[in-house]
Amino acid sequence: MVGTCLIEARDISVRHGSETVLQHIGFKLHKGEIVTIVGPNGSGKSTMVRALVGAVPISSGHIIKAPGLSIGYVPQRLHMERALPMSVRRFFDLPRRVNEQALTEVLDKVQVGHLLQRQLIDLSGGQLQRVLLARALLDDPQVLVLDEATQGLDQSGSADFYRQVEAVRNELGCAVLMVSHELHVVMSASDRVICLNGHICCEGTPEVVSSQPEYRALFGTQTQGALALYRHEHDHAHDHDHDHDHDHDHDHGHDDSDQSSKGAAS
Amino acid sequence: MLDSFVLRAALAGIAVAVAAAPIGCFVVWRRMAYFGDATAHAAILGVAGSLAFGQSIFAGTLVVSVLMAYLVSSLSWRGYAMDTLLGVLAHSALAFGLVAVSFVPGVRVDLNAYLFGDILAVDAMDLGIMWAGAVVVSTLIAWRWSALLLSTLNAELAHASGIDPRREQLVLTLSLAIVVVVAIKVVGALLITALLIIPAAAARPLSQTPERMAVYAVLAGVLSILSGLTASWYLDTPTGPTIVCVGAVMFLCTNLMPAAWRRS
Repeated sequence: MVGTCLIEARDISVRHGSETVLQHIGFKLHKGEIVTIVGPNGSGKSTMVRALVGAVPISSGHIIKAPGLSIGYVPQRLHMERALPMSVRRFFDLPRRVNEQALTEVLDKVQVGHLLQRQLIDLSGGQLQRVLLARALLDDPQVLVLDEATQGLDQSGSADFYRQVEAVRNELGCAVLMVSHELHVVMSASDRVICLNGHICCEGTPEVVSSQPEYRALFGTQTQGALALYRHEHDHAHDHDHDHDHDHDHDHGHDDSDQSSKGAAS
Repeated sequence: MLDSFVLRAALAGIAVAVAAAPIGCFVVWRRMAYFGDATAHAAILGVAGSLAFGQSIFAGTLVVSVLMAYLVSSLSWRGYAMDTLLGVLAHSALAFGLVAVSFVPGVRVDLNAYLFGDILAVDAMDLGIMWAGAVVVSTLIAWRWSALLLSTLNAELAHASGIDPRREQLVLTLSLAIVVVVAIKVVGALLITALLIIPAAAARPLSQTPERMAVYAVLAGVLSILSGLTASWYLDTPTGPTIVCVGAVMFLCTNLMPAAWRRS
């Protein structure tokens, strides 16, 4: 029932300077599955997906990719420089000119055809995310990687976006690896959830993970509604010493703007 | 009517515009203005070295500019506070260069030529070297254009497409050093950054795509160099600064132009 393995991480660790951000990560991504990585700020979620696509060097371990693997990547956000004029159409041609056939097909799936002549800087957050998704799909990827791709979208906007992702997966049969803060999304749209906090705390189907003590320690018992990330009391050992505040209450809502203090690695 | 040294000056100016304008676009897009300053100012140190060892000015400035550009580029990857650091490097490179030149025995050196340029003194040999530099830079940038653009836009997207943003930055760094060499005799070390940034900034309001911006920047550069040259000839003003003044006026014009006229 599991498809071919597309990406495998064997015991990888990532260090930023003297700080160990990720350690002993073992992970496999199979064809057609949607896997979501969850975890508190600074738990290394983004670092993990960046390491898997090769944007962050790993300090030990191995990453094995299927031969000729094509990865579509949707970044956390696109920092746009006003001085750089760039239309959506031109953006699709980076770094290689896209063939018209593929473009038409993608525009069909992700409704961004009407934006082609617009400048990237003039797009709204939701439009920009769709454009980024469309660009990621142009190469007909076997793996789609979404790094908190809905940051800055409101709840209905991000729900739309993830519905789109699921539709794309069903149509293309590609694997999807995403990082998310939004637990309700995780619970409804993922085949498998990985709960990360510097190492993999627990993983499995959403139902299994949400009943794990490690997961509850990080996220509480609620997965709907308020999504309180409270009492971050993990009783399992962390060998690395970046200082978590163990007992302050986070409002873990959709707006992450107030949580940037420890977000360097996320 | 065109004396040959005026013709040489015009050809030299065009070489500078062709080399500097596309790099200038990246300097603007990537906010590397200080980076340009540091590289250009370090050239004075190269001039001092060339005079001391009796080498060609081009060789000395190329070596020092490449070293400086590489230093700045590798520091930026380590996440230093670039603004301050580049400010320190840019101005201390200039100061050390000026001090070093004063130690050079013998020749009474006219430093103005290296600080503000002396386009009318460009000889045929200089012209050849400058055009060679311009061709190398243009080829390099044309070859890496898409990869550079994507790296400028987002480093992770570049990685996912199999492009290494660090390598692309190195290409840019090397090109910048070559531009400094090409431009030092025309506008001088102090005003090279102006020739990088002003044409690109003047081209921005007219452009809907990065390619168009680069082309318009070249045109703006050529235009300001030729009109600056002419103006300085008739008004008997220093050429380098006159060229930059014309560029600044062009920048004002395109940026104050009503939006309705800009549509192309």
